[in-house]
Amino acid sequence: MNLHEYQARAVLAKHGIPVPDGDVAETSEDVERISRKLGGRVVVKAQVHAGGRGKAGGVKLASNSVEAREVAERILGMSIKGLTVEKVLVAPAEEIVSESYVGVIVDRESQRPVLMVSPEGGVDIEEVAAKTPERIFKLAIDPRDGLLTHEAMALAFELYDDIEQVRQAARILQQLYDAFVATGASLAEINPLVTTPEGRVIALDAKISVDDNELPLKPDIEALRDTSAEAPSEVEARQAGLTFIKLDGDVGCCVNGAGLAMATMDLVKYYGGEPANFLDIGGSSNPEKVVSALRIITGDANVKSILFNIFGGITRCDDVAKGIVEATRKFNVSVPIVIRLTGTNEREAVVILEDAGFKALTDMDEAVQQAVKLTRAGA
Amino acid sequence: MSIFIDKDTRLVIQGITGRDGSFHARQMIEYGTNVVAGVTPGKGGQAFDRVPIFNTVAEAVWQAGANTAVIYVPARFAGDAVLEASDAGVGLVVCISEGVPVLHMTRVVPYLRERDTRLIGPNCPGLISPGKSKVGIIPGQICQRGRIGVVSRSGTLTYEVIHQLSKSGFGQSSCVGIGGDPIIGTDFIDCLAAFEADPETDAIVMIGEIGGTDEQKAAEFVSAHVRKPVVGFIAGQTAPPGRRMGHAGAIISGSSGTAAEKMAALSRAGIGVMKRPADVVQLVKEVV
Repeated sequence: MNLHEYQARAVLAKHGIPVPDGDVAETSEDVERISRKLGGRVVVKAQVHAGGRGKAGGVKLASNSVEAREVAERILGMSIKGLTVEKVLVAPAEEIVSESYVGVIVDRESQRPVLMVSPEGGVDIEEVAAKTPERIFKLAIDPRDGLLTHEAMALAFELYDDIEQVRQAARILQQLYDAFVATGASLAEINPLVTTPEGRVIALDAKISVDDNELPLKPDIEALRDTSAEAPSEVEARQAGLTFIKLDGDVGCCVNGAGLAMATMDLVKYYGGEPANFLDIGGSSNPEKVVSALRIITGDANVKSILFNIFGGITRCDDVAKGIVEATRKFNVSVPIVIRLTGTNEREAVVILEDAGFKALTDMDEAVQQAVKLTRAGA
Repeated sequence: MSIFIDKDTRLVIQGITGRDGSFHARQMIEYGTNVVAGVTPGKGGQAFDRVPIFNTVAEAVWQAGANTAVIYVPARFAGDAVLEASDAGVGLVVCISEGVPVLHMTRVVPYLRERDTRLIGPNCPGLISPGKSKVGIIPGQICQRGRIGVVSRSGTLTYEVIHQLSKSGFGQSSCVGIGGDPIIGTDFIDCLAAFEADPETDAIVMIGEIGGTDEQKAAEFVSAHVRKPVVGFIAGQTAPPGRRMGHAGAIISGSSGTAAEKMAALSRAGIGVMKRPADVVQLVKEVV
C-alpha cells in the first residue's frame, strides 16, 4: 500500500525529521486559507499515487494565496495517469541550495534493508542508477542492530562537506530508518532532501510504500488507506478476501493460487485472447468467496466470457462448484462461463455443476481455448 | 535418493492443533511421513491423534528426536517460530505460513546463515519426495515416484506441472516449493545444486515467475555448474508492471524482473523454455 505524500510527511515528522509546514486540502477555498496562513510563496502539489506529477502539471508554484487558489482549481479534479486528483498538499516554497536523495528499501539480493543515498536528488533514482550508478552509495543494514551512528555519518559524508549538515543528515538517515521499520515499509524515501540558504537540511518530498503483510499488524497504518485512490472493484475484492487486479482484456479469470492465476492469464494470451483480470481466490475455499469473485468479474462491462481454472489442493473443487451455482442463482450472469477443475473433490464438483446445467472440463488448455473462442462469438 | 527429505525425516509440526496444522498433519501422516511430534505452547503432554504434543520445539527435539520442522502458525509468529526451530537444532525448517511481513524475514534469513539450518519458504507449499515423505501441503495423490526434480516459486501452478508430468509417466524424485516471497530461505540455486548432486534425479524442471533476479542467477548457475538437463517456465508474461501479483515477490519494478527478461536468460543458459505448462511433457521427453 502506498501512502500519499502528505501522509508520508506526517510519518517522517513524527520521527523527528524536519519537514516544511503545510497542510492538505480538498477544495480551492481551503488551499487559499492554508496559503494565507503560511504567507509568501507556496507550492501546490497533487496527492495521487503516480510518479511524474510535476511533468503532468500536478505541481505548481504560487506567489500568493489568490494565485494558490487559482492553481488549485486547475489541479483538483485533473487526471494524472488515469487517477483523479482529489487532494492537494499546500506547503511553503522553500529556497533550495542543493538536492539529494535518501531512501531505504528491502533488498532482495542482500535479504536486508538497504540504505541508499545520492547527491543527485530531485530526479527519479532509477534514472540515476541507470546513467550514473557511481553516484549512488548503498549500505546493507543488519536489522538486529539498526542503522548505527557511524554508518549514517559515513553515508552523510557522501552528500555534504559541511560537518553541521553531515550531522543533520546522519540524524535524518537514522530517523528515516526508524520510520521505515515502524511503518513496516518496503520503501521509504526522501527525494529531494534539500539544504536551505540558512544551512538547514530538510525533507521536501516523501514517499512510503508499506508491505501489505504488515497491515493486519498495524491498524494505524491501515487507517491511512485511501480507497478513493483505488479501483472500486479492487476495494471490493480486498474486502472479500480476494486478490484482484483489473486489466483491459475480455476474458474474466477466476483461479486458485497466484502462480496458476498468472499462468492462466498467459495462456489466454497464448491462445489469442486478452485477460480481463488477475484473480486469486486463495487457498482455503469457501463458496462465498466464489460468489464475490463472480460478482466482481461480471461488474466489468468488457468481460465477454468467464474462465474458472481450479487445481484442488487445499481448495476443494466442490466448494468452488457450489459457489458458481449459488452466484448464478443470486444474480444474472449474462456471459458464458467455462469451468476447468481438477484435484480434491473433483467428482463431487462435477455432479453439482452438471445438475445445474454446467459442463466441467479437466484440461487447462481446452478450457482456455474455449473461453477465448467464446469472446469472439459474443463480439 | 531425493533431496532434503526422505525416509529418515523425523518431523515436528509447529502449530499442530491449529486449523491448517491439524488438517495437514493428518494428510502427511496418511502419506507416510514420520511425524514424531507436534508443538502448541500450553498443550504439552497432550496428544494429537497418536502424535505427542510439546510446549517447545526444543522438547520435541530432545524427547522425540525431531530433525525437521514444518510451520503452520499465524504469519505474525512465523519468523519467531523459524528461529525457535533453529535454536533447537533442527536442520531443515519448512515455513508454510503465508503473509509473513518481509521485514520479519530480514531478521531471520541472515541469522540462519550463521548456523546449520536450512529454511524453505515462507509462503510455500513445502516439499515432497514421492513414496518417501511429504512435508507441507503438496497433494500426494498427484505425485509419482520417478526421476524428475521439480523446483518452483508457486503452489497450484506446481501441482499443474506435476500433474502433467505424472499423467505422462514422468515421476518425480523430489518436488520443492521455495515460496513466492521476496526474501526466502532456499532459492533456485540451492535446489539446482541439490538435484545435480542427487543420483536419482535425471532432469530438473524449474518454475519461476516475474519479480527479482533469482531466475536469471539460476540460469547463470545452470550454465556453469549443472550438467543435467533443465526445463523452465516463467509465469506472468501478461502481468502489468508495478503491481503485486498475489505473491509478495511477484512484482515487476520499473522495467526489471519481467517474464521476457527471465525467459531470455533461461534460453541463453540452454534451458528448454516452456511457453505453457503443458509443454513440460514434450520438453522433458526431448531431454531424458
